[in-house]
Amino acid sequence: MNAPVTATKLHDCRDAFAATLEKLAANDDSIVAVCNDSVGSSKLGGFKSRFPDRLVNVGIAEQNMVGVGAGLANGGRLPFVCGASPFLTGRALEQIKADIAYSNANVKLVGISSGMAYGELGPTHHSIEDFAWTRALPNLPVIAPCDRIETAAAVEWAAGYDGPCFLRLSRVGVPDLLPADHKFELGKANLLREGSDVTLIANGTLTHRMMKAAEILGSQGISARVLNMATVRPIDEEAIVAAARETGAIVTAEEHTIFGGLGSAVAEVIVEHAPVPMKRLGVPGIFAPTGSAEFLLDEFGMRPASIAEAALAVIKRK
Amino acid sequence: MEPTELERVARQIRLRDLQAVYEAGAGHIGGEMSVIDILTALYFRVLRVWPDQPRHPERDRFVLSKGHTACALYVALAKRGFIPEEEISTFLQPHSRLNGHPNNNKVPGVETNTGPLGHGLPVAVGMAKAAKLSGAKYHTYVVTGDGEMQEGSNWEAIMAAAQFGLDNLTLVIDHNRFQQGAALADTNDLAPLRPKLEAFGWDVTEINGNAMSEIVPALEHRGSRPHCIVAHTNKGHGISFMQDRVDWHHKVPSKEQYDLAVAELSEAI
Ligand SMILES: Cc1ncc(C[n+]2csc(CCOP(=O)(O)OP(=O)(O)O)c2C)c(N)n1
Ligand SMILES: [Mg+2]
Repeated sequence: MNAPVTATKLHDCRDAFAATLEKLAANDDSIVAVCNDSVGSSKLGGFKSRFPDRLVNVGIAEQNMVGVGAGLANGGRLPFVCGASPFLTGRALEQIKADIAYSNANVKLVGISSGMAYGELGPTHHSIEDFAWTRALPNLPVIAPCDRIETAAAVEWAAGYDGPCFLRLSRVGVPDLLPADHKFELGKANLLREGSDVTLIANGTLTHRMMKAAEILGSQGISARVLNMATVRPIDEEAIVAAARETGAIVTAEEHTIFGGLGSAVAEVIVEHAPVPMKRLGVPGIFAPTGSAEFLLDEFGMRPASIAEAALAVIKRK
Repeated sequence: MEPTELERVARQIRLRDLQAVYEAGAGHIGGEMSVIDILTALYFRVLRVWPDQPRHPERDRFVLSKGHTACALYVALAKRGFIPEEEISTFLQPHSRLNGHPNNNKVPGVETNTGPLGHGLPVAVGMAKAAKLSGAKYHTYVVTGDGEMQEGSNWEAIMAAAQFGLDNLTLVIDHNRFQQGAALADTNDLAPLRPKLEAFGWDVTEINGNAMSEIVPALEHRGSRPHCIVAHTNKGHGISFMQDRVDWHHKVPSKEQYDLAVAELSEAI
């Protein structure tokens, strides 16, 4: 269980998304992909050549894209609506609320290059508010896979799930963390590393950084539990309460503002059920300076060594 | 500045832009090459602006709505004296104020932050309406991409501008016929643009948007209605192997390609 992270090769989870979608589409004619001039950035080139009639590219028009997705679902199609996450969620939030979540349209929203994946393109292109925006909506599971295995599993799950959901993907490379036969379960955290002194909770591009932080802590005699919490809503209350009770300290990290994201969701559970010292790592409520995603994560205190330091500080507050 | 002089400045801006994108390893060179002649005419002939007083209340307002071509704007702003020319070499570097989309909190001369497409025109309508309300004499110019015109927000703004009678507003559509992943014709074709804008109550001028002699008079046109310039341009204009090739939306030249492009642009000077 507590073996170090050995996989070092990094993978772009968009490839797993695209391959899985194509595999599913080959067996299910109802699957369509909807995009906003984002065939390349959503890695839909393969889908387009295999199923040209089932790629609906509305042009640069995200509000229209989401509305069209809802209509396609109403007409019996199974739409995967894919676009850069800042524009999909930010631009079309009201469509997501009214046409998708409230109308219970069976649409799979796929936010590509979320978080700070667009790096130097700056705050307009950073999607570090999308957890907060989407998790405020009823009837919309919010999922951020941590590696290509979980991405593929979540896409398979989404296709079979009867209702809307939001998959939040990145393009920043991550190593394999979950076993190859991993099955995605909505609202269930994965225990990646057992520990008793502190629990590190993350998802998306931060989970592997948490694993490395846990190794650093281990080398200093601190036993850190690591939970991969892909589902931000509905959040796994049981795993969080158990972590609080059994380890007494919690650190969260996310490629998102600390206002309203994973850390906030975890804090809500802890405050109500098992208050313990906690630290939320993420973007500290500012528009980020110029820099790549990796640079900015380091800059905002999410280097594995910095995470380990934050964990030590929380443990001291017990 | 006369058109021939403007053409010379535009070529210098193209060269500096190319170098900046090459050195940074990122940028949107195709749309930069298509819009640089328009930017040059604006900053070196048309706009009433004072680089030492970037917030002067009477300045003409300019919004580059296709914010992904920020690098071209930075080079134009530097040449015009808003920021130091040496600073262009920091484009996209950690903590540089020159990121991939313009930031008005950091870069003097930038009026509003763009990057998500379909934002500049509504803001420009507000700027022009404010001038009407206060009696200010400034003129507002905004440049959008043609793919960008697929965003519905633009058409909401186009209706508002006509309703408000904004004869102090000029919209330039950089009609290079390509968007990010394909030609407009293969995505969501807006052409012909002229009848659409006319139907919405605008004056429309169609020009070759890479020809200074046509750009200048079109920008200086004044009428009684909001004015749209449909600027027929070439994506990648000035660099033969980039021109009208969709992959040059945001590709970065190799060393060989860079040298070739420099040679072509220098020859023209
Ligand atoms: C709201 C929004 N959706 C998508 C994008 C991604 N994007 C950046 S540039 C671009 C293509 C723009 O095409 P066009 O307006 O024709 O610009 P140009 O050809 O002048 O580069 C796209 C889709 C964006 N920046 N904003
Ligand atoms: Mg274009």
